[in-house]
Amino acid sequence: MQDYDKISKQARTGAVIRKTVTYTLLTLWGLIVLFPFYWMILTSFKSYGSYNSEYVPKMYTTSPTWQNYNDAFTQVTLGKYFANTLVFTIVTTALMLFVIVFAAFAFSRLEFRGKNIVFTLFLSLMMIPNELVIITNFVTITDLGLRNTFTGLILPSVTSVFYIYLLKENFEQIPNELYKAAKVDGTSDLKYLFKVMIPICQPTVVTIIILKVIECWNSYVWPRLITDDANYFLVSNGIQEIRENGFGRENIPAMMAAVVAISVPLIVLFLIFHKKIMAGVSRGGTKG
Amino acid sequence: MKSNNLKAWLYLLPAILFLGVFMVYPLIDVLIYSVEEGYNSASQTSYGTGLYNYSYVLHDPYFLQAIKNTFIIVIITVPLSTGLALLISLGLNSIKKLKELFQTIFFLPYVTNTLAVGLVFMIMFKKTPYTDGLINMILALFGKGPVDFIDGPYWAKMFVMCFYTVWVVLPFKILILTSALASVDEVYYKAAKIDGTPRLRIFTRITLPMISPMIFYLVITGFIGAFKAYSDEVAIFGTNLNAAGMNTIVGYVYDMLYGDSGGYPSYASAAALILFAIVFTITCINLLISRKQPV
Repeated sequence: MQDYDKISKQARTGAVIRKTVTYTLLTLWGLIVLFPFYWMILTSFKSYGSYNSEYVPKMYTTSPTWQNYNDAFTQVTLGKYFANTLVFTIVTTALMLFVIVFAAFAFSRLEFRGKNIVFTLFLSLMMIPNELVIITNFVTITDLGLRNTFTGLILPSVTSVFYIYLLKENFEQIPNELYKAAKVDGTSDLKYLFKVMIPICQPTVVTIIILKVIECWNSYVWPRLITDDANYFLVSNGIQEIRENGFGRENIPAMMAAVVAISVPLIVLFLIFHKKIMAGVSRGGTKG
Repeated sequence: MKSNNLKAWLYLLPAILFLGVFMVYPLIDVLIYSVEEGYNSASQTSYGTGLYNYSYVLHDPYFLQAIKNTFIIVIITVPLSTGLALLISLGLNSIKKLKELFQTIFFLPYVTNTLAVGLVFMIMFKKTPYTDGLINMILALFGKGPVDFIDGPYWAKMFVMCFYTVWVVLPFKILILTSALASVDEVYYKAAKIDGTPRLRIFTRITLPMISPMIFYLVITGFIGAFKAYSDEVAIFGTNLNAAGMNTIVGYVYDMLYGDSGGYPSYASAAALILFAIVFTITCINLLISRKQPV
């Protein structure tokens, strides 16, 4: 009996130790993840003078100031970058939805000759890395004289084979009887698509929209290639521009204010939709 | 039937048009570019075809440096991030309280702008005349001298680069592994418990085999992603990666295409195709290895 007590006690202490270690390690990684966010917020509230006088950076500030945010929106055209990114994101996402909804509908509900071949060809395009096609796209857009225009920014990113595939799979789960019933009632394909299929598949559509918005908000490479006029910069290019020649002498607190301003919209979006976003990403988001 | 045919193609038209212009045509074009010697983008002429572009790229010290950097980043970050993600996911899966809070926090880097947060990392690591920076302050606590992580020795820069890369790629891996672990049937664990199986054995004999497809998936996508590293490098070291000695293959492609050293789509194409060949080979090897595993 004594042995039993000893063993069970040992097992309990083991479990407690394991739990403590687990929580400590998880908290540690949590701190590593959160710390850069803390640091940028903290720095953005330090005044230029006090930041530069701290040879050893302080972990807190006694005199927070909004001045940096004021500078970020007045001394550089951060507002313009925001507006550009907003336009870019909305138009790209809307156009892409238009393109992929029709394609997914054709693949899932319509019978036509060559359907399988075309679909296989579409799928094989998923393997093509962006880096391979971006060279010609750059030349194409340049030759068309579309550099430094929204058209040039938007056009190459309005299709996604992967999202067509995702939506098509979802459309196919809707029973065919529904389609036939609608046909008997004389409903047109378009009406059926917009009044029945899209509402049923709303979760997938929302997932796709969220993923695309994240992608647009963070896109850097293509905008960098295609714009060199600051009037068309998106936030990513804007931050790079600010870093390299904004704010005169290195005004790091103001830079951090710009960084916070750029990060906030997506973080707010994430905090509201975190379940949806995480479910969506695990279904099919790889970054980049 | 015939009208249906027409209608279907009409629905597909926008997708086919965009994919044709921006994916299929470029794919053929990039092959042509890569074998056109001495292509001039102004006059759009070339004086021959051959493999000179490849030879030029393969002898370019900047490209060799880019290859070296990329391989180091891949070799360090892929195993490290996958292992770390596995460890964190196991931890997450063994707790109940605060699990969702931790999951949400860990996912945060995924939704942030790489360029913006990279700037924060740069500032935390940077040593300037005015300040040694935050990380050096922490190092000083351990009695280590200040290191210039941004403009200093190669391995200091590489450390920052790998650290930031891991920080950026972990959220996705943790997410995938946590859901994989959660989907392992409880019955196996209960059976093992009754048999009094030691924890390590449960892990190697039940958990690992059950989630191995997902681990392979992460390794494969991890390799592909790490070989294409670029934005994270720009975020830390700025656009002139060659000057920092931290360029990557993708960075080399873009430098050849555009910017101060740009205007050479042929060299860029050759470099991009070399990258594609490397990634393709590695992916095939990965797939072969994962096939051999008994599931």
